[in-house]
Amino acid sequence: MKIAVCISHVPDTATKINIAKDEKTIDPNGVTYIINPYDEFAVEEALKMKEKFGGDSEVIAISVGGDNNKETIRKALAMGVDRGILLKDENFRDSFGIAKALSDEIKIQGCTLVFFGKQSVDYDNAITGQLTASMLGYSCIAVVVNLKIDGDKIIAEREIEGGKEVVEAKLPAVITAQKGLNEPRYASLKGIMAAKKKIIEEKQAASFESLTEVIRLKKPAPKKPGRILGTDSSVVPELVKLLHEEAKVI
Amino acid sequence: MAKTILAVLEQRENKLKKSAYEVVTTAVSLSKQLNLNAKAVVIGNDIGNLDEIVKYGMGDITHFKNGDLANYSSTAYTDIVTGFVKEIEAEYILFSDTAFGKDLAPRVAAKLNAGCLIDCVHLEVSDGNLVATRPVYAGKALMELKPKSEIKVITIRPNVFKAHSSENNVITNIVTKEVTSPDLSTRVIEFKKSEGKLDVAEADIIVSGGRGLKDPENFKLIEDLAEALGAAVGASRAVVDAGWRSHREQVGQTGKTVSPSLYIACGISGAIQHLAGMSSSKYIVAINKDKDAPIFSIADYGIAGDVFEILPKLTEEIKKIKT
Ligand SMILES: Cc1cc2nc3c(=O)[nH]c(=O)nc-3n(C[C@H](O)[C@H](O)[C@H](O)COP(=O)(O)OP(=O)(O)OC[C@H]3O[C@@H](n4cnc5c(N)ncnc54)[C@H](O)[C@@H]3O)c2cc1C
Ligand SMILES: Nc1ncnc2c1ncn2[C@@H]1O[C@H](COP(=O)(O)O)[C@@H](O)[C@H]1O
Repeated sequence: MKIAVCISHVPDTATKINIAKDEKTIDPNGVTYIINPYDEFAVEEALKMKEKFGGDSEVIAISVGGDNNKETIRKALAMGVDRGILLKDENFRDSFGIAKALSDEIKIQGCTLVFFGKQSVDYDNAITGQLTASMLGYSCIAVVVNLKIDGDKIIAEREIEGGKEVVEAKLPAVITAQKGLNEPRYASLKGIMAAKKKIIEEKQAASFESLTEVIRLKKPAPKKPGRILGTDSSVVPELVKLLHEEAKVI
Repeated sequence: MAKTILAVLEQRENKLKKSAYEVVTTAVSLSKQLNLNAKAVVIGNDIGNLDEIVKYGMGDITHFKNGDLANYSSTAYTDIVTGFVKEIEAEYILFSDTAFGKDLAPRVAAKLNAGCLIDCVHLEVSDGNLVATRPVYAGKALMELKPKSEIKVITIRPNVFKAHSSENNVITNIVTKEVTSPDLSTRVIEFKKSEGKLDVAEADIIVSGGRGLKDPENFKLIEDLAEALGAAVGASRAVVDAGWRSHREQVGQTGKTVSPSLYIACGISGAIQHLAGMSSSKYIVAINKDKDAPIFSIADYGIAGDVFEILPKLTEEIKKIKT
């Protein structure tokens, strides 16, 4: 079985975000980029499925973006992914544009099982997997914490408010991975060495006009500093009074 | 003829969810600003509280009904919403950014070539055009964007757009349409409710605990306060990773993003990834013995003291005003 895993290249979650001069993008100076944390769960699950299906199964990592995304593809290769594809586009695309590029490539590669992260921690849309699945006409189960595939039948649990939904679907399918699905493996030294020899194919992503336009990026208004009421429980009645009478939240 | 804004309402276990009223209120308000007709659609079986919707000023509701549609089916729901949008020529489609909305909205968008404005916290009409604001980089920045496609799909963050009941009584027309042979190839076969506990993503008040609680047993203090307040229990990643609490309680960048009216952080330092998930709460209270902990920088009220001394007293005081 051919399995794809779609990965994005994002600022480290601890990074301070500064807005660039164009007021539409972030200033990349001093920003460390990493593989999107949720995509590590996606890579792990893809590798597990390859082991499960065996035979001539292979896992292909695909990323849409600039040359720097190769670092992230390399990370996936070091974890054990067989080969990578970079769909090059140095310009901003919205999720729709990314999903378009990914779905075209997944069709060419003939992948019947596709993994995404639940959400990428840059634009926080959490929709690219669902868009791609819809474009491909594949089943889609998002925010998955438990996955069983038997023949072409899928039973997955996905996290929703107040519990878990057990979803039934059929292959071909897109799964978006939530924390809890698995424990991502670390890249071994051997894996890192092997990754250097693996192929990352570069292709120009077909041009696409995004369906949304960024007007500007701004910093949220700083919250006015609050009050420290005291250092022990003697101020508790005052706190309760403030919450009740000033904030009116209790 | 004016175009239409369609509110897609969520029901679970045959009841409209609170977020459905937020979507209705927002759709009605946008319809006035953009000069649109407002309509709503809900899919399910019998929906117990459907009549409640009349209070929110929505005049036109279509209920697609089928015994097999009580539970969510992404295939069937996508077909129904997409078909309905085409039939009524809707231009804007509004969802709540819940697990349901987030699943369905992009699937519908892909079918209709619609641009997606996701997880919006502010919607404004300027010169007759919609401008959406949404948090990006886990709330470290805000993005303003506008749609360029003919059909637009929008999801709004729960708890941010409040539901208002309408003063002028609109006469609500509810049309029920039976659905025949829906495509159930992807469908929910079971809902495993987490043991009767309130979910952080839906709670109006959250009491969260971190490593400052020292031991999983001590979360009893958090649970007691939460119970007194009718609140949900939240947790930092440190205590989830330590196995003290379940991941579904984790608040933050790799947990849940929440915007309750009140968030009480106890023994939580306020790491940037934690703040990312809760900084849009309306009121924040921090209890931490380190007066320089970063959590105080975003707290409205703080007590720089010991959780073990403060929490029992706080629970006691809350119980007093509740009786
Ligand atoms: C990729 C990535 C994603 C992450 N995602 C998340 C996320 O989603 N959510 C999240 O929460 N974190 C997340 N983190 C982790 C985050 O960086 C912090 O490590 C974590 O939030 C710390 O949890 P804490 O505040 O409970 O613990 P600590 O930072 O150890 O803080 C404990 C606090 O308790 C106080 N304290 C101790 N004893 C007492 C007492 N008796 N009374 C009162 N106060 C006391 C201390 O002063 C201290 O401030 C993420 C990290 C990474 C790298
Ligand atoms: N540029 C990209 N290239 C490849 N995959 C991506 C890209 N952006 C997002 N994804 C995938 O889509 C998921 C959800 O992203 P998003 O919808 O942006 O939150 C991510 O976890 C990735 O799996």
